[in-house]
Formats: sequence, C-alpha cells, structure tokens
Amino acid sequence: MLSRTADNLFWIARYMERAETAARLLEVGSRIALLPSAAGYRNEWDSLLQASGNADAFARKYGDPVQRNIESFLFFDRDNPSSVASCITTARENGRIVRTALTTQVWDALNTAFQELRQLERTPRSELELSRLTEWTMRHAAMVRGAIEATLLRNDGWDFLNIGYSLERADNTARLMDVKYYVLLPRVEFVGSGLDNYQWTTLLRAMSAHRAFHWAYGGEVTAAKIAHFLILNPQCPRSLITCVEGLSAHLDRLARLYGATTEAQAQARGMLVALSETREDDIFDEGLHDFLSRFIRETAALGSLIHETYLSGDMR
Amino acid sequence: MSQYFNEMYDGGKVRMPYARLEDWMNAMPASLRTLKQAEAEDLFRRIGITFAVYGEGGDPDRLIPFDMFPRVFTASEWARLEKGIKQRARALNAFLVDVYGRGEIIRAGRIPSRLVYQNEAFEKAVVGMKPPKGVYSHIVGIDIVRTGPDEFFVLEDNCRTPSGVSYMLENREIMMRMFPDLFRGNRIEPVDRYPEILRRTLASVAPQKCTNEPTIVLLTPGHFNSAYYEHSFLADLMGIELVEGQDLFVEGEFVWMRTTEGPKKVDVVYRRIDDAFIDPLCFRPDSMLGVPGLMDVYRSGGVSICSAPGAGVADDKAVYTFVPEMVRFYLGEEPILQNVPTWQCGKEADLRYVLDNLSELVVKEVHGSGGYGMLVGPKSTKDQIESFRMKIKADPGNYIAQPTLALSTTPTFVAEGVAPRHVDLRPYCLVGEGIELVPGALTRVALTEGSLVVNSSQGGGVKDTWVLAE
Repeated sequence: MLSRTADNLFWIARYMERAETAARLLEVGSRIALLPSAAGYRNEWDSLLQASGNADAFARKYGDPVQRNIESFLFFDRDNPSSVASCITTARENGRIVRTALTTQVWDALNTAFQELRQLERTPRSELELSRLTEWTMRHAAMVRGAIEATLLRNDGWDFLNIGYSLERADNTARLMDVKYYVLLPRVEFVGSGLDNYQWTTLLRAMSAHRAFHWAYGGEVTAAKIAHFLILNPQCPRSLITCVEGLSAHLDRLARLYGATTEAQAQARGMLVALSETREDDIFDEGLHDFLSRFIRETAALGSLIHETYLSGDMR
Repeated sequence: MSQYFNEMYDGGKVRMPYARLEDWMNAMPASLRTLKQAEAEDLFRRIGITFAVYGEGGDPDRLIPFDMFPRVFTASEWARLEKGIKQRARALNAFLVDVYGRGEIIRAGRIPSRLVYQNEAFEKAVVGMKPPKGVYSHIVGIDIVRTGPDEFFVLEDNCRTPSGVSYMLENREIMMRMFPDLFRGNRIEPVDRYPEILRRTLASVAPQKCTNEPTIVLLTPGHFNSAYYEHSFLADLMGIELVEGQDLFVEGEFVWMRTTEGPKKVDVVYRRIDDAFIDPLCFRPDSMLGVPGLMDVYRSGGVSICSAPGAGVADDKAVYTFVPEMVRFYLGEEPILQNVPTWQCGKEADLRYVLDNLSELVVKEVHGSGGYGMLVGPKSTKDQIESFRMKIKADPGNYIAQPTLALSTTPTFVAEGVAPRHVDLRPYCLVGEGIELVPGALTRVALTEGSLVVNSSQGGGVKDTWVLAE
C-alpha cells in the first residue's frame, strides 16, 4: 500500500474520532447549561474549551465563553480545525483522495455525512437544536465506523484506520481527564471531597460512559473508581488500556502481514504491559497529572514512530 | 424546421436506431421523468462524480448534467467510424515516431518544418527516442461532429491525456440501473471492458529493462484537479495504484514508489499531468507535481511514460490540418474521417479571409482547450467580435478558424419536455501492441437551446452513447 494512502486512512479515522469528541463536549456543556448556575459550574464551558485544546483560539475570536459562540466554535467554525464541520470535511476529503482503498459503503457514509453537513450549514441556526447537532454527529461517526467494520477488507488499510482511531481516542481520553484534573482540581485535597463528584460525573458523560460506569462499579462515584474505569479497565471502550490494546494488536497484525517487526510494535507492547501491571494506587502515587502527561507524551512518541515507519514513505 | 441533421427524426420519420426509444419516450410521463432525473443525480453525487471548473469558483462538487436520453449508432455507422478512428490514431503515432526520428514527412515537404520543430509542444528532450512498441500516444481521444447521415468531421485530436472516459462508463452503469428494460429491448454493445483493455495496453508497452510482470501506476496531479474523480475511478477499475509525484522517487536506474513496506519499483506510468510538470529537473523547475529524474530513467529504458512526453505536437491545432496528409504519407491510405476546413491565421491570405468573415466563423487558440478563449461568430455580439479581432491581429499565429458547423442534434430532456440539442462525440482509441476501440464513446451535449459549445466547462452535459449490435 502507498504510504500516502495509509496516511490518509489513518487521518480519516483520527478526524472522525475528533468530530465525535467535539460533539460529546458540546453535549456535556449544554447539559450543564440546563442546571441552576452555582459557583464552579460557570467554569465548565471554559474547561471544555481547554479540553478541546483550543481555548486560546476561541478567546481571540469570540472573547467570553458564551454558549452560542461555543456551539459555533465547536460545531460550525471552519477556522477551528477541530470543529465538527472541519473534522468531517477533512475526513471526507481524505476519503476522496483514497476512494480506491474504501468500500462504497464507507465512502457513502463519509460522503453522506459531508452532504448533510452542508445542508445543516445552510439551515438557520434558530432551527437547530444543539441536541440535534450532537446526535447527528455521533450517528454519522457511528455509521462510518460501522461501515468500516462491516464492509472493509481486513487488510493493512483496515489496520491503519484502526490505529488512527485508537491513537486519537487514547489521546482524547487522556486529555479530557487531564483537563478535568488539572484545571478544576489543582489541589490534591479536593479529590474525593464531594465537590469534585459532580465534575467527575461530567467527565464520565463527556465520554458517554456514565451509565456504563454505574453498571461496572455501582455505588459512590470516586476519583479512584473513575481513574480505574477510564485508565485501567479493558471493558471501557474509551479507556487508555483499551486504546493501547487496539494499537498493539493492529501493529502486530501489520508486522505479521509485512513480515517485519518494528520499533513501533515494541513500543506499543511495552505500553500495554506497563498499563496491565499498573494499579490505581500507583497512578495516584505518581500523581494523576504526571501520569497522564507521561501517557500523552508516550502516545505522541508512538504516533511519530508509526509515521516514520509506515506513513512517511522514507523507510528504505 | 432547422437545417441541422436530427439523429432521431428524418423529416418526421423515426430513424432506425431510435425506433424503440420513441415508445420509451412517449410512455414516460413528466412526473416519472423528474423522479428518474433526481435518482440519476443522487447516484452521481453519491458515487462522487463531480467536476470542478477552473477559474469559476463556486461549488467544487458541481455535477456535470446528465441527460437520460441516449444517443444511438447502428452497427454499420459505428464500423465506419471505428475504421476511421483507428486509422487516424495509427497515423498520429507514426507521425510522432517520425518527427522525433528522421523527420521523413518534413524532408518530403508534406508538412512545413517550422510548424513542427518550432512548435511549443515539440519536446527537444526526447529527440531520437523511440518509445516501447513505437507508441507515443496510447490513448487517443478524437473529437468528432456529425453533420448528416454519413458526414462525420474530426474537430480535434487529443493525444496527451484526454479525459472524460469515466463518464462513458458511469453513464452506462447508471442507465442500466435506471432503465433495465431498455437494455433488454435493445441489443447494445457493452463498454465495460475499457479498463481491462487499457490495463493490457499499458502493460504491453513496459520498458526494455522490465523483466517482471510490469507494475503500472496512474500519476495524478492530486485531488484538487478537476479530473481527480476520473483518475481514482480508472485506477480502481484497473487495480493499479493512484500516485502523486511525492509518492515516487528516482534511485539508481529506476523509479520507485513509497509504500508501507518500503520502496517498490514502478515500470509503467500512466500520467494524467502535462509534460511541463512531470520532471522538474527536465522541464519546469517549479513543478511540485512531478518526479525529479523521471526523464533520465525514461530515456534509459527504465520506465515507460504514457502518453510519452512530446506526444502533444501531434494534437496541436495547427498540425491538425495535416493529419489527412499523415494518413496518406505513413499508411498509404485515403483518410476515412475528414477534417473540418481550417484557416491558419498565421498565413496572410487566410488571415484576411478570417478577419473579413469573423461573424460566420469559429475561431480558436492554437493551444487552447476546453472551450476557453474561443469565438463562435454567429453566436457573438458585435462587441465580442471586435474585441476578438484585436486579439487575432495582435498574434495571428496563435489562432485558427473553422466554419461554423451544423452540428447534428439528438433529442434531449429539457424543462418543456424533449427537444433537439447539439452533440459531439469523443471516442477513446487505445494504442499499444495492438489497437483497440470499445464500441462506445462520450457524447457531450450543449444543453442551452441553439448553443454549439458542448464543453463541460461551459455548461455542457453528457449522454450515454449506444452502439447497436448487428
């Protein structure tokens, strides 16, 4: 497979996952906006912007975090490369470039999302409920993902798509957790103090995981349980360990297919082994923020290795 | 009634090839037609066939209008066309081998040497080269217009990278999906072998140094190009990689592509970018689209390039005038397809005639394409004609003129129902070890009433083109 094709596939997945993340953030924000305003809650929109990694760009363009502006910024704004509109457009453009590596169903799912997006953009904003926008995004993200899983040949292209999904998701989960921890709970004595309970629940919602969490753990929501769920529990579809498992599995498949072991494969395995042996206590001993920062760095390093090995075409 | 030849009605009587289409047309109520048209558009949009128009801005995902009313040829009409097209494609290739070789046709005084050797499209970098199998132009697109039951004229030749064949294939697919009964009732020759034949043609011209099963790639300028859909469509149907310049590099004696498993040798490059851009070391140094060093590998027999660099000199509009002469000179045959009479504004007598008769003529730039920079005299205002006159006077050698042809019409769906609209024809002739033509072509239709400009960039549409079996 052409390196550039692999690269395009990898980015289709990353952008679709990123669109979904932006939609989740919006959903959580709108939910909070429905609650009576109390001290601490107002910061929510701001922290969501922090999580999306674009707080500065937003402040420059819009100023105060007002809900309508945030909706514009996270959903429609083409100047924001992580907005739903930007992500879906870029994913579809990447898809158009590698049409030959996609099934009709996958292309159809990408293209339909894009065509409908253009209709949404032409619809007066007063007619667009936020919930409709977020549901719309998640539905199309699921359709693309479903078409990939159901119709695509399980060749190297499928591996690169899945590597893109896993890498983006690992990064998003880690960043969301880090923002909540770092921005809202800078002092360790707040953890478990009850004040953070609500904030943590919000975090679960942002990952569409609050129901799953209750099924898996029951009882009181605590920082330790949440950390376990989002970092160490392989049942959670967005946990760090699940993402790393995916990365490792697909890198192994590639190595087998191409008959060549790679450094990227070894690195992913190493991360997986380390996570499997980690307990919640270890995380809090290291400090959640330090742990997450390290994870984000390691994930980025793995991303660079994957790029050098497969996507750049520089390997001789 | 009009003076134009109507391909369906001959003085109120339906001509044979269209016999069954009359019932089909009459049995279709307006409501069903609207429904089908919407269905076709939806299909096109979903498959992604869109056409970006240079310099127009606007919607990059614009569709080329598709007209559901097919255009039909009988087996015998087609047999004659096929002979003429193949003859012309052979002559054009013989001419190219000759002018980059000994130049016999020029020594024989049949074509002025200035027209060839001082032509912008004449590629000095390939002088003395004979490409594999002696083929320069592997896909020859010949634009043909019809003016009567047996009168066909060649409007121009496209020896470099003629586009549009994906529409020939997709129009057929969509018609078969929407109107299966039509295909059961008529015996229509299939066109879907085209990609397979193209692949075989490309493989047949693998370079000398290639001892393996040749690896073929399609080189595209990239997804911003208006024909990108076609590039990806053809690559897919042929099962070959669609590459951009950045995916290829030269090392040692060969061209390689960057893959996830390391470099892979490339033997045949079906390029859809112009000569000027394929190798910044040899041609335009500012080209970001090409592959540095590609020409060296080509000249030393390490890779084949289709069409071969330099092929453009044969489809130049000034050289066009001499194609019938090429047929006689190289093949010793009389041309089956006629040229349109052409005046060279570079010649003084011709120029005088052209300037005196501008309102009757079609004037084109010698190197122009796509219907840009042309004047259709009878359809232009006085002001347009006068401003064009200045342009011609400023650079006469840059223009040719032809009479306004009475292009044939075929029935076409329009807002008011069915009405005649002017059409042309572009078949795609494949030249490799053998020479082949699938029974079908792209028909372009000028959708505006009375318009004679069929180019998609100027608002033309496309039709499915049928060749009936014997």
